[in-house]
Amino acid sequence: MNQQSSISNLQSQSGAKGEGRRAERNRQSPNLQSPVSQSLRLNRRHLEERIFVALMRLCMVGAAVALSMILAVIFWRGVGALSIEMLTQPPRGSFYLGGGGGIANAIAGSMLLALGATAVAFCLATPLVLYLHAYAGRSRVANWVRLTLDVMWGIPSIVYGAFGFSLMIVLGLRASLLAGIIALSFVVLPILARTLDEVMRMIPRQLAETGFALGATRLEMAGLLLRQALPGLFTALLLAFGRGIGDAASVLFTAGYTDNMPSGLFAPVASLPLAVFFQLGTPFPAVHARAYASALVLTVIILVISLVAHLSMRRLGRHVVR
Amino acid sequence: MTRDESLTLLTKPHATTTFNNLPRRRLLDAAGSALMQLLQWLIMLLLAVVAATLLVRALPIIQQVGVFELLRSESWHPMAGQFGLAPFIAGSVAVTTVAMAMCVIPAILCGVYMAEYTSTRTRTWLKPLIDLLVGIPSVVYGLWGILFVIPLIRNQIGPAVDSTLGWMSPFFRQTNPSGYGVLAAGFVLALMSFPLIVAVTEEVMRSVPQQMRESLLALGATRWETTKCIVRHAALPGVLAAVVLGFSRAFGETLAVMMVVGNVPRAPTSIFDGAYPLPALIANNYSEMMSVPLYDSALMMAALFLLVVVLSFNVLARLVINRLTNRGGTL
Repeated sequence: MNQQSSISNLQSQSGAKGEGRRAERNRQSPNLQSPVSQSLRLNRRHLEERIFVALMRLCMVGAAVALSMILAVIFWRGVGALSIEMLTQPPRGSFYLGGGGGIANAIAGSMLLALGATAVAFCLATPLVLYLHAYAGRSRVANWVRLTLDVMWGIPSIVYGAFGFSLMIVLGLRASLLAGIIALSFVVLPILARTLDEVMRMIPRQLAETGFALGATRLEMAGLLLRQALPGLFTALLLAFGRGIGDAASVLFTAGYTDNMPSGLFAPVASLPLAVFFQLGTPFPAVHARAYASALVLTVIILVISLVAHLSMRRLGRHVVR
Repeated sequence: MTRDESLTLLTKPHATTTFNNLPRRRLLDAAGSALMQLLQWLIMLLLAVVAATLLVRALPIIQQVGVFELLRSESWHPMAGQFGLAPFIAGSVAVTTVAMAMCVIPAILCGVYMAEYTSTRTRTWLKPLIDLLVGIPSVVYGLWGILFVIPLIRNQIGPAVDSTLGWMSPFFRQTNPSGYGVLAAGFVLALMSFPLIVAVTEEVMRSVPQQMRESLLALGATRWETTKCIVRHAALPGVLAAVVLGFSRAFGETLAVMMVVGNVPRAPTSIFDGAYPLPALIANNYSEMMSVPLYDSALMMAALFLLVVVLSFNVLARLVINRLTNRGGTL
């Protein structure tokens, strides 16, 4: 449908109600176009606008209050128990009874898990998205792939956890860093691929057309697209990493939990979200306080990642052909 | 780099030398294409493999009890070999419904407001903030639920709702003085899906061509009428996609829900009742599931059910979106 006809269509639809009202008013007052009735109608329309704008502002403020309260509560409760010891040492024997030690094992474990999963997802997602843009274009199969990725994005991470657990049994793996990375990469892959897809969609078509006109093969075109999407890729990687670090349900079965520092690909590792969860499970207030602090650490990590992603988007975007 | 510069890059001297070994480039291209095409099928296969694995693992209990009996039965006694998933499904549905009822409309309104009414300058700091909130881990939301929402419901909201609405229906009666329950979980989930829906809605609204706004404003529509028109005729598919995304997140959320929902294996009858959604069931029992016969199979069945529900919702939404888009909504 072209633009004009569609807009006239919009008008006729929204005007349909007004038509009836105008006829009604016509019966009441003979002079239809009197300025008074017009201004009355305008007033009603402005009133509607006022009401809805107020409603939207209310929603914004309500959401802002609730969401900032989350950050405030986490900071307020977490800061008290935070210490250097907590960040640099693994838990000691009586940690869950309120003894000494820290959550260094969980921080390191989470980092390793998220790094591994992001790396695996990167290796799969980048060629896939490049293929979608350089070769497949808007073909039917490409749409199927996009739908698959969307569906995979929606699948709960606990399902991936359960799947990873089944996979572990089939492969004869124990709960380990490797199994955790595999399960987590399922969670991260669709996020990375879809974000990258959106980034590549922003690349102007003329660039591809120019390349092809100059005789580039599609593979060389893919290289050009990749260079063009590099800043977006970096941001997407950061976001995927952030999502990976915060996900708990998929690593619950697969990575296990341990009080030791991560020692290898086949040993279980701890992760921050689970550290928060397990510390909350104990009945001691001192351990609870440390759970709050762990959550604060997690939040700060996400905060930093988010900030870097935002800044990098601006910084690295300077060298992109627009 | 300007466009001119990039063009000279493409026509630099070494570009002509690569032109000479055309067969090699063709070969590389073909190899790369084949490899990446393989990857494309692999991704689709991956989804099938996940579903198939869960199905195979759930098969023992399906053969023994039957799917419908399993989904309908209300008795959950793993030790006696009774695995009825109905209370858990009810818990999941209740929690998700409460969450969606609380967050969908405000979130869409916020997204619309951000896209249509805020200035560019406000948006530049508001948008990263929303993205940050999308990225905050669920365990943090859960912790906030314990620290803030639970006491609030226990001390203020619970008694207030009970005294005002409790006599009207058992739905609002405060049956559970602890505060852990459907309402708390729904509230936490609502706040979790909220930024997601806002972000996607805003994105979709921004992608509507500016011309449409200008045309409508030029025809004398007020700003709100313009917005309504845009939502109804151009952004509806995207908004729907946002809601489905939010639903998926709420329906499958594990840790945050587990922390505040109370984990009572009974179908909730009031919004203050404790419940036990499916993801929490899977997460809570994984450690003991290998020791009881059929237990792991039942839990895999629960995971399969989650997968099927989310899958069908996504596909359904996609069908509706395609229908809406083909109707001529895109300008």
